[in-house]
Amino acid sequence: MRESSVRPASRRRFNAGSVATHAALSLGALVMVFPFLWQLLTAAKSLAETAKVPPTFLPDTWNWSSFEEVFTALPFREMLFNSVFNTVGRTVGQLVFCSLAAYAFARMQFRGRNALFALFLSVLMVPSSLLVLPQYDIIQRLGLLNSAPALFLPGMFSAFGTFMLRQFFLTLPKELEEAARIDGAGPFRIFWSIMLPLVRPALAALAVITAMWSWNDLLWPLIVNTDPQKMPISAGLTSLEGQFETNYPVMMAGSLIASLPMLIVYVFLQRHFVQSVALSGSKS
Amino acid sequence: MSVFPSTAAAKKAGRSKPAASCSPKSRNQKAAYLFVAPLGIGFAVFYFWPLLQTFFYSFTEFGAFGGNTWVGTDNYVRVLKDVTVWQALGNTLIYCVIGLLALPLAIGVAALLNRRGLRGVAVYRALYFIPFVTLPVAVGLVWNWLYNGDYGLINEVFEWFGADRRYWISDPSTAVYAIGTVMVWSTTGYYLIIFMAGIKGIPQDYYEAAELDGAGPLRRFFTITLPLLSPTIFFASIICMINSLQTFDLIYIMMAEKNPAIGDTQSVVSLFYKWAFIENAQGAAAALAFLLMLIIAALTLVQFRLQKRWVHYA
Repeated sequence: MRESSVRPASRRRFNAGSVATHAALSLGALVMVFPFLWQLLTAAKSLAETAKVPPTFLPDTWNWSSFEEVFTALPFREMLFNSVFNTVGRTVGQLVFCSLAAYAFARMQFRGRNALFALFLSVLMVPSSLLVLPQYDIIQRLGLLNSAPALFLPGMFSAFGTFMLRQFFLTLPKELEEAARIDGAGPFRIFWSIMLPLVRPALAALAVITAMWSWNDLLWPLIVNTDPQKMPISAGLTSLEGQFETNYPVMMAGSLIASLPMLIVYVFLQRHFVQSVALSGSKS
Repeated sequence: MSVFPSTAAAKKAGRSKPAASCSPKSRNQKAAYLFVAPLGIGFAVFYFWPLLQTFFYSFTEFGAFGGNTWVGTDNYVRVLKDVTVWQALGNTLIYCVIGLLALPLAIGVAALLNRRGLRGVAVYRALYFIPFVTLPVAVGLVWNWLYNGDYGLINEVFEWFGADRRYWISDPSTAVYAIGTVMVWSTTGYYLIIFMAGIKGIPQDYYEAAELDGAGPLRRFFTITLPLLSPTIFFASIICMINSLQTFDLIYIMMAEKNPAIGDTQSVVSLFYKWAFIENAQGAAAALAFLLMLIIAALTLVQFRLQKRWVHYA
């Protein structure tokens, strides 16, 4: 035990403090998780039971039919698929475009580099609502309204991603590039087979955070894809709210299914999530 | 491979003269532009051009069949004279203030988690972060259900304590706070991770020395953790402010169109959405968006000015 070196008297105090700490943290954790538990319990109740006063905690009879009902109430399958398409499109786009630019900004010399980088960073300052009207016009003019690319096109380009990856490229030793150059490797080859693999942790962190933003994004999909068949699930669920205003079991079942993919990704890639948030938070 | 240089050293190396001048410079230059071009084109099309367009829109009025007419500053006058704009601005500032409450909460939890030898840190961190990962629509729907005036669980709890039942999100006096609470709930985990990273950077020696001097946990928190965390707090408060000034999702999800409290909860961005995409008042909406940008810029500037008073860089 690590505390074994501490004298017995203070050790007891340490443990009492530890119990209090755990109690406070658990209470907070319960507040954080309870709404999801309630969601699950509500989804398993009958419609009549959800209107009972006082509310029951556990369902009288467990009834899972709401989980099937959402698939007939909405083009739920298509919406989930649209979300996957949107998420993959944005994430792959950002990884490609941001890593290329970030590498050039971090490791290459060219005229106007600093000015261009400052210009790109200015994108970070502009609230997204300021750009939404003309972005809509562009998508419309390209004939892409209610299409899959409409969802992910603008989101493929990110100042945040470029900034974050650049910070990583900056930390790599320059001897690697010099050695490769002497061996006759061109700029793209150096980038692709030497430098890119070295920033893999940063790429993973950017991928998970981008995936999360894409999956959860609401305003943009609401604007460009108004056809339910073409909406991602984030926007699709709001139409469920309109149609089934008081059918709580179905709404809760739909919410759970829609949140599940990101929760699974989060559980498996937690380390990268934490890293991406911590990085965006402390390196600036 | 040699020892990795520190970030600062690498930064300097990146900024100075090209590392190797053996390959033709022009070829490298061309390659660099090719690397930057895809992102540059994307930014030009989807960010820079739209920014100019919005600026142009804000001085025009949209005709029913396309074609804009130049109206000068009419839209700005309309925005400044409109009562709903001022109401939305007021609501947005309330969201901003409530949203900032996530910071002390997150700092408190981060400090607790920093306790030496504490077990289950990763589990707690994961549980607190879950609301942030979850689909905002799902979050909004479940909270609407919890807040429900007739069968909601929250009323039930309040009744235990002898308080009155309320229609939390359709009562104009509570709706904005009800939504604000959900905002705090869903963002605390995000700031928690930022603060945990910040606290990890504080040398453990400081705490040990303070402990030897007889400083209790509270005293250690206020004399070591808080001051040394202040740069992180500063960063987080800017992010928090900018994000809450742009609140949209929760309001859109939680407030039905018929809700009597809609005017008392509408944010600037939800008003913008309504004008631009429901009422077809794009010119005025564009002017409103510019007003929001000015407010964000002004408040960020104020924060940067104030930082000298409370942010300590080690």
